[in-house]
Parts: sequence; C-alpha cells; structure tokens
Amino acid sequence: MTTIRAKKAFPWHIVFFLGPGLLIYLTVSVYPLLDTLRLSLYNEEMNGDLTFTGLSNFSKLLFDVVWSDPFWNATWNNLKFFVVHMLVQNPIGLLLAVLLSSPKLRMRNSYRTLIFLPTMLSVVIVGFVWQLLLSPLWGITENLMWDIGLGNYFDAWLGKESSALFTLSLISVWQFVGLPMMLIYAALLGIPDELIDASVVDGSSAWQTFYHIKLPLIMPTIGMVSILTFVANFNAFELIYTVKGALAGPNFATDIMGTLFYRTFFGFQLQQGSLTMGAAVATLMFLVILVGVALYLFLFQRRVQRFAL
Amino acid sequence: MNFALPMKHNRGKALVTHAVLMTYTLIALFPIFVVIINSFKTRKAIFNDPLALPTPETFSLVGFEEVLLRSEFGLFFSNSLIVSVVSIFFVLLFGAMIAWALTEYSFKGNMLIGILVAMGIMIPIRLGTVSILDLMSSLHLVNTLWALILVYIAQGLPLAVYILSEFIKQVPKELKEAARCDGVGEIKIFFTIIVPLIRPAMATVAVFTMIPIWNDLWFPLILAPSDGNQTITLGVQQFIGQYVTDWNSVLASLTLAIVPVLILYIIFSRQLIRGLTSGAVK
Repeated sequence: MTTIRAKKAFPWHIVFFLGPGLLIYLTVSVYPLLDTLRLSLYNEEMNGDLTFTGLSNFSKLLFDVVWSDPFWNATWNNLKFFVVHMLVQNPIGLLLAVLLSSPKLRMRNSYRTLIFLPTMLSVVIVGFVWQLLLSPLWGITENLMWDIGLGNYFDAWLGKESSALFTLSLISVWQFVGLPMMLIYAALLGIPDELIDASVVDGSSAWQTFYHIKLPLIMPTIGMVSILTFVANFNAFELIYTVKGALAGPNFATDIMGTLFYRTFFGFQLQQGSLTMGAAVATLMFLVILVGVALYLFLFQRRVQRFAL
Repeated sequence: MNFALPMKHNRGKALVTHAVLMTYTLIALFPIFVVIINSFKTRKAIFNDPLALPTPETFSLVGFEEVLLRSEFGLFFSNSLIVSVVSIFFVLLFGAMIAWALTEYSFKGNMLIGILVAMGIMIPIRLGTVSILDLMSSLHLVNTLWALILVYIAQGLPLAVYILSEFIKQVPKELKEAARCDGVGEIKIFFTIIVPLIRPAMATVAVFTMIPIWNDLWFPLILAPSDGNQTITLGVQQFIGQYVTDWNSVLASLTLAIVPVLILYIIFSRQLIRGLTSGAVK
C-alpha cells in the first residue's frame, strides 16, 4: 500500500502518525513494565542505592516464611476470588444473555441497560454501598432476611474471617455480571437464524438447540470472558482497599495480590515499603497473568477454533 | 390443537423469562436506589425506615450541606473531568493516528509495533506502577493531573488502536486513491477523509476510555493523592474514610458520586451498548 513517493523519500508521514502516541506508550507503559522486571532483581540499601541480587527477592517471596506466608495467602485468596467469579458471575451472565436473546422479548433494551448499570459505577462506590447495606448497624439486609424468614442466618459477613472474602467476591460479581451478559448476548445475536431454524425443524428441543448449536458457537466468547475475568481478578485492588483497607482484614483473610503489592511497595504500619520487593510482587503478578493469557491462547483458542464460523 | 400447544408453552416461557430478568434487574438496582433515597432523609428516618421514600417530614438535605461544606467536591469533580476529557482527546487522536499508520502503510517494524500495542490490551499498566512513580517523580509530575493524564493515555491507547483499526480497514480504497491522485498529502487525507468517517467508532472508544479513568482509584492514590489534585473517586474514598460515622454525609457523598455517572449513562447507554454488542470489541 505504500505510495511510490513514500518509497523514494524517508516516510516522514509514518513517523508523524506513530510518533506521539508511541512515545507516550513506550515511556509510560512499556518502559515501566520492563524496568519493574529489572528492579525485581535488585535490593534497595538503606541509603537508597540499588545492588544486584539476582533472584533473591523471589526466593524470599516464595520460601522465606516472613514473606511467603502473606504471598501464598494472597495468591490462594486471589484464586478463590477468581473461582467465585467463574462459577457465579459467568454462569449468571450466560443465563441472562440467553434470556435476553429470546425472540420477541419485550422491554429487552430496558433490562439490558438496567442490569448493566452497576458495571458503570466506580468500584469504590460499590464497595461503600454494599458496606452500608450489609452493615448490622443499619440492618437493611438483616430486616429483609427476617421478612423472608431467614433472619437467623444473617451475620456480619464482611467482618468474619470465614465469610469476608466470599462476600466481597459476590459484591464484585454483582457489579460486573453485566459484562459477560453483554458479550455473550452479542455472540448469541451473531448466530445465523438458519442454523437455529434448521435445528428446530430437525425436532430438537430448546435445550438441545442451546447445548448442541448455540453453546459451541459462543465458546470463543466464553473463553474471552474467562480470560478477561482472570486478568481483571488478578489485578483487582479497589474493592478490598475500599471495604477492608490496605490491611485486607480480618487477619488478612481478604488479602489478594493487588493489596499485597500495594502494602509491599508503600509499606503499612510496622513494615517499611520496598521498591524492589514491590517490583518483585508485580513481576510475579505479571507472570501469573502471562501464564493465564498463554494458556488461553494456546489451549482454548486452538480447541474452539474448529467450531468458529 | 397442534398449533395451540406450542403457543401456550411459549407464553409460559415468556412469563418465566420476564420473571427472571425482572428479579435480576431489581437485584441490580436495589442497592443504588436505597442509597439515593436515604441520602435525602433525616438521620432518624434513615434508621427507622430505610426502605421508605423521603416524605415532607423526613426530607432533609443536611448530608449534602455537610459534604459540600467539608470537602471540595466541586474541585474533585472538575479534576476528574479535566483528566478524563484531556486523556480521551489524546487517546482518540493518537490512537487513530497509530491505527491508520499500522493499517495503511507497510513498513519495517509494522508487525512488531502492532504486537507491542496489542499486548497492552491484556497486560495491565498497573504492574509497572513502581517505575511509573519513579518516572513521574523524575519528571516532577507527582501530584499533578498531568501524571494521571499521561498514564491514562498510555492505558487507553491499545484498545483504541485495536477498535479504530477495525473501522479504518473498512474505509473504501477508492476514497483514498482518488485523493492521492489529486495530490492530497497523507496527513491531509487522514484528517479530512479518515477521521470524519470513523467518528462513530471514536464515540464508542471515548465511552470505553472514560469509564476506567473516571472510576480509577489506584493511580490517583499513588500519583496524585494530595490536597487539590484528588479525582472524584479518590475524594469520595478519603471523605468517607474520614466521616464514616456520619451517615447523612456518607450517603450524600455516594449519591453525589453516583448521579453524574447515571446521567452520563442514560445519555450514552445506546452508544456504549451498541459498541459492546456490535462486535467491535471481540
């Protein structure tokens, strides 16, 4: 496509188009990421000097009890956080999308717009809203549960070690269920009518049509939703920080990688923040996300390709 | 008979469908609704009957008065607005320019730059925070809105390039060739032919860029946390942290943070949903 003129002279116009954007992208996004990976191999002395220490930050994080206990705790919690999203958010999103795509549905747009609304709000706002709603002081949830005869089961879920993480996961699910719903709904709309008609003519039930025709066709979208959920979850921070603070209490029961990263980098109460240990945590988060994305690309994408239209 | 049966069945199915969707809509709206109605009530009414709408006896704006008096809500709001608008402008401009260069010209490194930019869609910019803070302090930008703007431009570019490329590819070849035959320069072709044609896609990109910027807490907390430079999200977070026991103020500040987003959402929801469902973001 290059014009003849551009082949002769130096293509200044390409530099003009790419220059400013790439300059910002490279300095503020690519360089800091690479520099973070580099910093994770150094140790910061008291006077601020950096000395190269190889992989010692990582061996501390993974094996030295002082560091590894919080690290594995956060990793494990983060995994639970992700599993709740996969088992609750995405199936509900799928169900809502299937219902929304039923033919001749009235008020389709209203449902769609309203269910998506919480996704638009700031995680900070959502965190505070649910903190109020679940507060035993205000008692809204407690009273509602008494009304439907479940009052005995109410508890200060956000304050208990055993339930805080699960409750926060569900709050996050509540906020973001609109995203899988929208993306899967779009994929369902994209299925050609002839395929559905053919299957109905062949006498398959609604469930059979869904399971054998629609589901395989929307698999790529479900895969994409899964990887988006994965990246977002292993990068989450705001909700925990808003509701439980940087210490992710009670007793670190809600600590995930994002909050661990924040504390390691900035410090908290007794512990001093560390540039290089923060970089090491960020590097491990980067690796986790990279492994997730690679798994998705190599396993999932390849497997579903034969179904894709 | 044979025809009547499936119809009856369909009506039952439609009923169940509506019941489920309506229930979920209620679940989605209830928390927001409760917070907004209670922000207009007296403290006593908030606790006595949280689910009642404000009546003339229980109506009170004391929470809003407190918030506006004790915090700089207007300032936070305008900070957020400046950061979002400036970032979106540059994301759209630079994003379209990169998208055009990558789709239109073949040159050495085209593929490499494409992959590098695409990686930014999946790899969160947050992971580079340690060095971003370092970079911003050596540029003397810490605690300025410019630090946030630079980060948000870098954050928004990858998705913008990706979406806009899809649209630029659809611009008919004839339009560009005709202009080139008339001796129009490449830069003029981009600004006078391409940009007007991809304007609808730009609106979609703008909405997608805006949401994470407006709602972000991480970078304001780290790069611009001090007085006068807080964005609305950080401002609300700090304010509520301070006045956590003052229920009127907490509810009012939440309402003040929610309502502008609701209004914007009502105006732009068509644009946003069309963008999400048109396959532009596959």
